Amino acid sequence: MSKKILLSHGGGGEETQNLIKELFFKHFDNEILLRMEDAASLVMQSTKIAFTTDSFVVSPLFFKGGNIGKLAIAGTVNDLSMMGAKPKYLTCSFMIEEGFEYAKLEEIVISMRDEMAKSGVKIVAGDTKVVPRGGVDGLFINTAGIGEIQYEGISAHNLAQGDVIIVSNEVGNHGACILATREEIELESDLQTDCASLWKPVEALINAGVKIHALRDATRGGLSAVLNEWAETSKVCIEVDEAKIPVAQEVKGVCELLGFEPYEFANEGTMVICLPQSEAKKALDVLQKFPETAKCALIGKVTTAFTCKVVLHTPWGSERFLEPPKGELLPRIC
Amino acid sequence: MSEVDLIEGFRDPEHMKALAALIKKECKSKINIMEVCGGHTHTIMKFGLSQILPELIEFVHGPGCPVCIMPKERIDHAIALASMPNTILATLGDMIRVPGSKTSLQKLRAEGKDIRSLYSPLDVIKIAQENPDKNVVFFAIGFETTTPMSAVLMQHAIENKLTNVFFHINHVTVPEAVEAIMSRGDALIDAFLGPSHVSVITGYKIYEPIAEKYHTPIVVAGFEPTDVMESVLRIVRQVNEGQSVVDNEYARAVSREGNLKAQALVNTYFEKRSHFRWRGIGDIPNSALKLKAEYAAYDAEIVFDDVLPKTELNDHKMCICGDILKGRAKPFDCKVFGKACTPTNPMGSCMVSSEGACSAYFKYGNLNLKGARA
Repeated sequence: MSKKILLSHGGGGEETQNLIKELFFKHFDNEILLRMEDAASLVMQSTKIAFTTDSFVVSPLFFKGGNIGKLAIAGTVNDLSMMGAKPKYLTCSFMIEEGFEYAKLEEIVISMRDEMAKSGVKIVAGDTKVVPRGGVDGLFINTAGIGEIQYEGISAHNLAQGDVIIVSNEVGNHGACILATREEIELESDLQTDCASLWKPVEALINAGVKIHALRDATRGGLSAVLNEWAETSKVCIEVDEAKIPVAQEVKGVCELLGFEPYEFANEGTMVICLPQSEAKKALDVLQKFPETAKCALIGKVTTAFTCKVVLHTPWGSERFLEPPKGELLPRIC
Repeated sequence: MSEVDLIEGFRDPEHMKALAALIKKECKSKINIMEVCGGHTHTIMKFGLSQILPELIEFVHGPGCPVCIMPKERIDHAIALASMPNTILATLGDMIRVPGSKTSLQKLRAEGKDIRSLYSPLDVIKIAQENPDKNVVFFAIGFETTTPMSAVLMQHAIENKLTNVFFHINHVTVPEAVEAIMSRGDALIDAFLGPSHVSVITGYKIYEPIAEKYHTPIVVAGFEPTDVMESVLRIVRQVNEGQSVVDNEYARAVSREGNLKAQALVNTYFEKRSHFRWRGIGDIPNSALKLKAEYAAYDAEIVFDDVLPKTELNDHKMCICGDILKGRAKPFDCKVFGKACTPTNPMGSCMVSSEGACSAYFKYGNLNLKGARA
């Protein structure tokens, strides 16, 4: 019979210590964590730091191209990266449902270790709770992260007429992938999540001297939410060309089937960048060198045609507002 | 056919521009086209088709959204059923967001009632098997398109000898609704875009009496932008020729006779109701289905009759969904549109449903109507 997580694994006694040492320390091995103090003692080079936290409650826990653990690392690494901050240290809390398979937990932990290696970030403190059956849906993970700001002034307030908008990858892959994997839909598809840590490409942009006005990973709410937030915050109009927005054919297919828009689907490794037009070529040249941003594209520009609005231009000459997503994503009826 | 052909082929910019140019060239007079189905409303708005068509082409929205036409008292039925002890209420899509007289299924779900939004009615079987000690009520909605799925569910429930599955049937039919709108004599409608998904099941023959009686061309149209543009062109040509026949643009899926197997399955379990009250339109004779008397043991309206409210409820006075569904008004004509009534807090169901006209106008905006560029 496969090994399961028991309530006693969260009780604070010997079983908890065994779980921490045999699983978490084994894979998250670093000298700060292994000290097992009440809090991690950290050294930061910079006086300006970025600090963030996020909780991951995705269902299903495993999907094509990733799992909740990879997501929990990439998500927090990206939140720091979007502030121009080099991710340094993470904390990680596991909330595990009683009966969860140990082997699955280990697979998740290993993918977290692998994802951390991509940006050089470390988990330096953590917490484990085991709750009775039904208390959580399998596993919830919270990560908090701290990073050193390497590039200052990135802000949603910075958009100005003449700027251009770049997306780093196809949009909607993660949302469509999760939807296709959900038990109630069960679509046969090779679609993979875009889940990835973006620090390396962001660092390369900074090192290449690219001027960045705004940077945001297009997570929940997707591209549409980011563009609308930016237009609203900077009191500008963002105009995008539908034909230039990279969308995978399978994502288009899922959207057509269920009546959704790819621009509203979540992404977990795709960022939106606003920068002066003069910087666009340099930025695209940098991004194209990284596999996770190789499909980057310049999709639009900042104008003053409307205030606080996003306009989508179709390839046949019509245009419409791209409204921010609202409410639950519910499939169409017929 | 590859995935690329399935989508891109029907959105080819050059093809779209060529169709727009042909329509502009050939259209000689004002034509009011009712798109019966909310899916077409969304195609028109989402792809900005009005902007590339001549002003002579005017789209009028019709009654073809199954969520929009559901009267409040039927929503209250769903709420009453979901509130029963030991009950799971299952339904499709947006239905859970529609406000009843006091609450919505979505709010009830947040209060702890077991309400499931399904992708496929057949999921009800699994839910019923996994919850043998609970009543599972399927709140069935939709036009002829979704009725066969309810029939298949009924068939599976019988085959699996399930005694804890019940049906609240709200299936409605397109021709009677169109007839109701046209027979009043005040509808300014010159032609119809026919709902193609309905026609996949029923065949396009169901529209022939309407085209003949009211001298209106009807083109059964697919939902892709080139489908709608091609169908508009065919309507323009019929108008120019003085014709009024049913034309089938969606020949890749629709025949004159339709899906006979699906029709037989529907006829096995369902029969016409004498009347069904449509939201904003009122009673329309023979416009909906119910379970046949021999399946009364599965009929939630009979089994749980004692919990179902009996009062008919009209819409809020400020809501003009009724006029929108009858093609007499557009969402921007409504005083509460986008103000008191938004997708987050809908007053009327045309704002709720992803197929509703108000929802389409709100979501996709309309740059031509909302004002010129700065």
